Amino acid sequence: MTPKDHYLNHTSGFASWAFTLDHKRIGVMYLVATLGSFLLGGLAALAVRTELISRGPTIMDADTYNKMFTLHGAVMVFLFIIPSIPAALGNFVLPLMLGAKDVAFPRLNLMSFWLWVIGALFCIGAVISGGVDTGWTFYTPYSTTTNTNVIATTLGVFILGFSSIFTGLNFIVTIHKLRPLGMTWFKMPLFLWSLYGTALIQVLATPVLGITLLLLIAERALGIGIFDPALGGDPVLFQHFFWFYSHPAVYIMILPAMGIISEVISIHSRKHIFGYRFIALSSIAIAAFGFLVWGHHMFVSGQSGMANAIFSALTFSVAIPSAIKVFNWLATLYKGNIHLTTAMIYALMFIITFGIGGLTGLHLGALAVDVHLHDTYFVVAHFHYVMFGGTVIALLAGLHHWWPKMFGVMIDERLGRIAAFFIFVGFNTTFFTQFVMGSHGMPRRYYDYLPQFTVYHRISTIGSYVMAAGFFLIAYYLLRSLFRGQAAPMNPYGGNSLEWHTASPPPFDNFTTTPKAEDPYDYDRLVPDEVNGGYRSLTYEGVGTR
Amino acid sequence: MSHEATPHLQHHFETPEQQFDAGKLGIWLFLATEILLFGGLFCAYAIYRANHPEIFLYAHQFLDKVLGGTNTVILLCSSLTMAWAVRASQLGQRKLLITLLSLTLLGGFGFMGIKYVEYKAKWEHGLLPGTHFAPHEEAANDSPPGEGVKPPAHGKRPSNVQIFFGIYFLMTGLHGIHVLAGMGAITWILVRSARGEFGPDYFTPVDFVGLYWHLVDLIWIFLFPLLYLVS
Repeated sequence: MTPKDHYLNHTSGFASWAFTLDHKRIGVMYLVATLGSFLLGGLAALAVRTELISRGPTIMDADTYNKMFTLHGAVMVFLFIIPSIPAALGNFVLPLMLGAKDVAFPRLNLMSFWLWVIGALFCIGAVISGGVDTGWTFYTPYSTTTNTNVIATTLGVFILGFSSIFTGLNFIVTIHKLRPLGMTWFKMPLFLWSLYGTALIQVLATPVLGITLLLLIAERALGIGIFDPALGGDPVLFQHFFWFYSHPAVYIMILPAMGIISEVISIHSRKHIFGYRFIALSSIAIAAFGFLVWGHHMFVSGQSGMANAIFSALTFSVAIPSAIKVFNWLATLYKGNIHLTTAMIYALMFIITFGIGGLTGLHLGALAVDVHLHDTYFVVAHFHYVMFGGTVIALLAGLHHWWPKMFGVMIDERLGRIAAFFIFVGFNTTFFTQFVMGSHGMPRRYYDYLPQFTVYHRISTIGSYVMAAGFFLIAYYLLRSLFRGQAAPMNPYGGNSLEWHTASPPPFDNFTTTPKAEDPYDYDRLVPDEVNGGYRSLTYEGVGTR
Repeated sequence: MSHEATPHLQHHFETPEQQFDAGKLGIWLFLATEILLFGGLFCAYAIYRANHPEIFLYAHQFLDKVLGGTNTVILLCSSLTMAWAVRASQLGQRKLLITLLSLTLLGGFGFMGIKYVEYKAKWEHGLLPGTHFAPHEEAANDSPPGEGVKPPAHGKRPSNVQIFFGIYFLMTGLHGIHVLAGMGAITWILVRSARGEFGPDYFTPVDFVGLYWHLVDLIWIFLFPLLYLVS
């Protein structure tokens, strides 16, 4: 039952979107922008995998290959993963979950989006006018000596950093100041807790990346010498600065993903989330621990043995809050009434792939093992199991979960399940082989390899094609649903957080009557709605259907 | 509460208090990010100073303590006028508010003017960071120095002195950019207060610009002794 007037058709025209202050539209614009970046980064990844299908030059020369994996890494990290869940889904869902009309600073929110666009133009402009070949980490001294467009790219990333800071700042203030009456901290949906933890990291870590990149630009443009040993500087300082941001940044990427999983697992198994407080506080614990482990990227960079041991121990400790979440999700599933919707399938997939990604992180955190595995495909596989097997899978779960709310249409569950199968098989084929070849010594980022690695590279590349097929299928049925999808009811999956108590898609002002904050995971008062489909809440009985 | 009674209340806030509190939390978070931005540079300073104290001991003598000290006094005074301006806006004293904001802005100009004189002297003596470091003989040796440069008390020049000037220019340069941004913000609220927009009901922008200006001042309070008063 789609309402006549909703946020998508409330006003129309380019300017009504480009200058909108509505968090829902900004969220949708972020969604389009980040998924576009995902396509670009994905095509670069396919080019890299295709090059590696056989030894020697296959489709490009070595310099192009270097630029291609840099393009893949930089676009995926800075343009896609970091903003995807918080800025796209978070922007859309956060005020709705709070029963609020908007985020605290709508203009700042719009500015954050346009800063993202400007930053993206810098990065993509740098690629078009010659590319960058440093990898996404911009390590000195190579980044200060290579002839490629490092300055334009780092300036772009610097601007993207501000975009990210403003989103985080906005979310923190919104969660503090715009919670409705009766919604105490421990009555918030867990997605909000994870966005809060994410926002804390965005605000506290990103400025350090900002100054690091400014120093790198000053080094290249003015020859300032802070990272140049010939002038008395120290290149390892760059690594410390870079990872002081970029390690917490991987928690910017994974924390909101965990929040999505908490929502999806509970709602689609029709069971109250198990261990609410532990899941909520473990988000904050991960955010806090995340600041103290950056040194594990420098075990072989000449860090002192004492520092290595401390960073190793702290790295292991991150496993504790992560495992707390996983066990609580499993306990939620136990004896639940599990609905295998596409969203739920991705959530279950997350538990498996993120589990592998997280546990292999412990291999890399162990000092002696890391010396062997450092800079091999094992690291690449671990990173992708966490970032793809974690964040992207959770993004898919969240996208399928909230798609009916965002656009008022249901997705094709049958095609959804088929695509999920392709993604699962393709992903594991691509990256599990990389664990094996990494442990056998295949170094990362190499253009060529020894004959014994041929079979692994070939399997991995085939896997990447299967995965790509899955994504094209997803793109197909998502786009088709916009035009031909069945209209979505207000609450198709029976969630009790506040976004499910308004129309799909929501009206311009989000709610027509003031929503009542209840326990977001109590499904007892939700009964199947025979008239409109989905579920209806007994709490609002007599208030009038909205 | 109708929106006619509170023209500055945005539609998604319930009350002006809620809106003010949200803004206040926002500006404090923003200030935290500023401190972290400078934090990287302070960290670089600490590491290089701990590893090479001789560079800092030698090179700091080329900075002009009198000009640096004057700038410190100027910024402190401008912080006073800024704080007073916030009070004036709360009490609706429009003329006083305009006077105080103008004085604060003047302080900003004074600071940047003196900074220019200092930078110019460094430039002329070749005391530049990194690859551009080419000290003129009179600046580097014990022989009579040029204007604004005191003869070094500690004999020979240690190697890699350019690191100090790299840090000096980055820290004071980034700080200078913040002073300029602050001056822009002060000009903006000066124009608005000339239009009589602020009073006991609405003084949020003055308050927030004031907080920003105090932060800029505070960072300088750390920069001055760290760079000019090494011993």
